[in-house]
Amino acid sequence: MTRMAATRDGYGQALLDLAGNEKVVVLEADLGKSTKSLHFRKAYPDRTISCGIGEQNMLLVGAGMAASGYIPFASTFAIFTERAFEQMRNGVARPNLAVHLCGSHGGTHTGTDGSSAQSIEDLAIFRTLPNVVVMHPCDDVSTRVLTMQLPALGSPSYMRTARNKTPVLYDGREDEIQIGKGIVLKEGNDVAIVACGVLVSESLKAAESLKSEGIHATVVDMHTLKPIDGELIDTIVTQCGALVTAEDHNVIGGLGSAVAEHLVANTLAPLEMVGVPDRFGESGQADEMLEVMQISAHYIALAAKKAISRK
Amino acid sequence: MTKTISDLEEIARKCRVEIVKMVHRAQAGHPGGSLSEIDLLAALYATRMRVRPDEPKWGDRDRFILSKGHASPGMYSILAEMGFISHEDLKSYRVLGGVCQGHVDMKWCPGVDFSAGSLGMGLSFGMGCATAARLDGSDRRAFVMIGDGEMQEGSVWEAAMAAAHHELGNLKVILDRNRIQNDDFCEVQMRMFDIPAKWKAFGWNVKEIDGHNMTEVMEGLDFLEAPENCNGPSILIAHTIKGAGISYMENNPSFHGAAPNDEQFHQAMVELGEVDA
Ligand SMILES: Cc1ncc(C[n+]2csc(CCOP(=O)(O)OP(=O)(O)O)c2C)c(N)n1
Ligand SMILES: [Mg+2]
Repeated sequence: MTRMAATRDGYGQALLDLAGNEKVVVLEADLGKSTKSLHFRKAYPDRTISCGIGEQNMLLVGAGMAASGYIPFASTFAIFTERAFEQMRNGVARPNLAVHLCGSHGGTHTGTDGSSAQSIEDLAIFRTLPNVVVMHPCDDVSTRVLTMQLPALGSPSYMRTARNKTPVLYDGREDEIQIGKGIVLKEGNDVAIVACGVLVSESLKAAESLKSEGIHATVVDMHTLKPIDGELIDTIVTQCGALVTAEDHNVIGGLGSAVAEHLVANTLAPLEMVGVPDRFGESGQADEMLEVMQISAHYIALAAKKAISRK
Repeated sequence: MTKTISDLEEIARKCRVEIVKMVHRAQAGHPGGSLSEIDLLAALYATRMRVRPDEPKWGDRDRFILSKGHASPGMYSILAEMGFISHEDLKSYRVLGGVCQGHVDMKWCPGVDFSAGSLGMGLSFGMGCATAARLDGSDRRAFVMIGDGEMQEGSVWEAAMAAAHHELGNLKVILDRNRIQNDDFCEVQMRMFDIPAKWKAFGWNVKEIDGHNMTEVMEGLDFLEAPENCNGPSILIAHTIKGAGISYMENNPSFHGAAPNDEQFHQAMVELGEVDA
């Protein structure tokens, strides 16, 4: 049986694991129970700063602390990080202050809260900020490992985590996980599926169903969207000659765009992008939302065949 | 038809039943803030709001903006009671395709005038509605319900300052002062010190009431409508109990955003007088 877990739990665990570094501080905006920073708050109340329901303030408090030698980890829902976008732009990214922002409950997969809570543009907007590393890991193990690598980064970051549980892929494989390096989860020569977050396991499912039709797919977990692993993209273009991207995010501006930007500047190959079709979400269960948005395994497999036909 | 205090209390009781049913059915949602606001919503809709349930988009209707849009079960229950939507529609709460989306949404539900879900936005929107009414020469009003945790958003104070500057006498706020937010009590998360003094300092007319005492609620609504308070924006600070009416939810931060299980649901129905123990 595959273990199921939510990436936000990996984040909460990482904060505890990082606590040995006395410069690590946690900033909250009344969603610590949800983003899972609450464990750190309980264990280290003196190093946890409640900013109330005030995301804009939180980001700049983080900037001030980073400029004073601390390593702030701030979190809220992915959607509400967007409210502090300009604070992140002018107050954090521009002076290159290492504030680490985590947006939980990202994507339509977050479910019945509905469209106001389903961020489908966070990866896109933070990707446009110079100096900012953007990540969207797919399981709790990789979320934990990637979060623990952040203090060494020395520059700001945005990481999206998810509310709901997904299959755990990296138990015992912690050593393979590194910021900026995509991970090949499955190898095949017909098509390469590049995915992030909750759609990584959907892509593995798609690869299974393609296999039953005699199509062999490579599946890549591209947990870091920026900087994108261009070397790996070049390799899979050579190996497969056709690509699919898959993300629970607007098809505009996210992983698909990041891969496309690399392709047009290097080796062209057919690319099909699976993502939210430029529309807002609605209330629904997580698995229902993947169907409504046409981003489930079924649609990824269809896109794979289309990409192959365009070779 | 004038409504008596006991009529209003009965409307609120029926709404409470629907609120608990909605979150129980969905096994998700926000009962606490729905139960704290419901006496206020019941009185507001049943006795003050100039609206036409059979013509929800009537141009000169009063606007009601539930800025704390997570407390949607409260609003859906009163909309059903008023006839904007059916009681059957309440079953669509948080269900794919349903008019009762997780957070109130003007694109989905008749009678909803604001797409909420992000705190700190409704007061600015209400100011826009009030400003438009003034430009139209209309006597329609904008009522905005905000949460106390929500008040920590800086944007609330941008709107508060601007509305007083523009002397928007047709803008009326009700603050659901239930002392709890998402993670914990407001006192723990972010102290707000003297709330009435803050609003007064921003240039607002201010009154405090017990938000569960229907006589005081009606006096509070009288205050909001009184001609002498239409020189500028007014706020009713309603002291409430989060989860009011269901013993185990009252003053309990865990029922901000959690549903009762079957046993708890049964107990709630007993406490609301729907079924025998
Ligand atoms: C901008 C924003 N930040 C965070 C949230 C998440 N959130 C939803 S409800 C809530 C607590 C709200 O507390 P309060 O305003 O007191 O509402 P009530 O107690 O009436 O439920 C929070 C933090 C949000 N909806 N919007
Ligand atoms: Mg409150």
